[in-house]
Amino acid sequence: MRCALVDRPIELGTIVGEVARASNGATLLFVGTVRDVNNGRAITGMDYTAYVTMATRELTEIAREAAEQFETDDIVVEHRLGSLAIGDASVAIAVAHPHRGPAYDASRYVIEQLKQRVPIWKLEHYVDGSREWVGTPVKTRETGRLTPETATVIQADGA
Amino acid sequence: MTVTVLLFASYADLLGTNQLALDLSDGATAGDALGHVQSFPGADRLPPNPLIAVNERYARRDQVLATGDQIAIIPPVAGG
Repeated sequence: MRCALVDRPIELGTIVGEVARASNGATLLFVGTVRDVNNGRAITGMDYTAYVTMATRELTEIAREAAEQFETDDIVVEHRLGSLAIGDASVAIAVAHPHRGPAYDASRYVIEQLKQRVPIWKLEHYVDGSREWVGTPVKTRETGRLTPETATVIQADGA
Repeated sequence: MTVTVLLFASYADLLGTNQLALDLSDGATAGDALGHVQSFPGADRLPPNPLIAVNERYARRDQVLATGDQIAIIPPVAGG
């Protein structure tokens, strides 16, 4: 089992190789990629940041939970940080197990928990040059409402 | 006692910094630290009840702090 936040491209073949074992009959690779549209807005790229020490700890805890629940230690997770372009892999989860059912379940568990618990944030870059933190319910001065839909556009310094 | 507050992403942008040092009374809680931060310039746009972590673990408001603790105010996470 291995979990890491990385600031270089994720090498998919490498992490699949890490979970290979003669006793495993099923190997799954989940790859999350940067798409070109979110909530109807065209995107040119994305910056990922994290509370690195806590994110690594939380990700490792999630992988441990999956290992225990689905009975396989052959789990490797990498999440990328920094500036990503459309199509780049932001996260990859490799799981291997003697049987496909638990492999699918473990892979799904890791990505769903990651999205709920791991302190990672993304700043979307839009075609009009504006940028916005995804999902942040920052209160707007105009309405005082606290919803992601009204999140304030925040310009990154000097970019 | 002195504790460190870490800010990230949109919250760091609002406060104009990613780290603060706070002097708190003995027995102060994570909620007390949050209250101090919410009184700073720019913090009026923070949500009233953000997630908090103490020493890299999610924590409740009533967790009592010790000197040297690291309190993080965690914006909604968006990994994946």
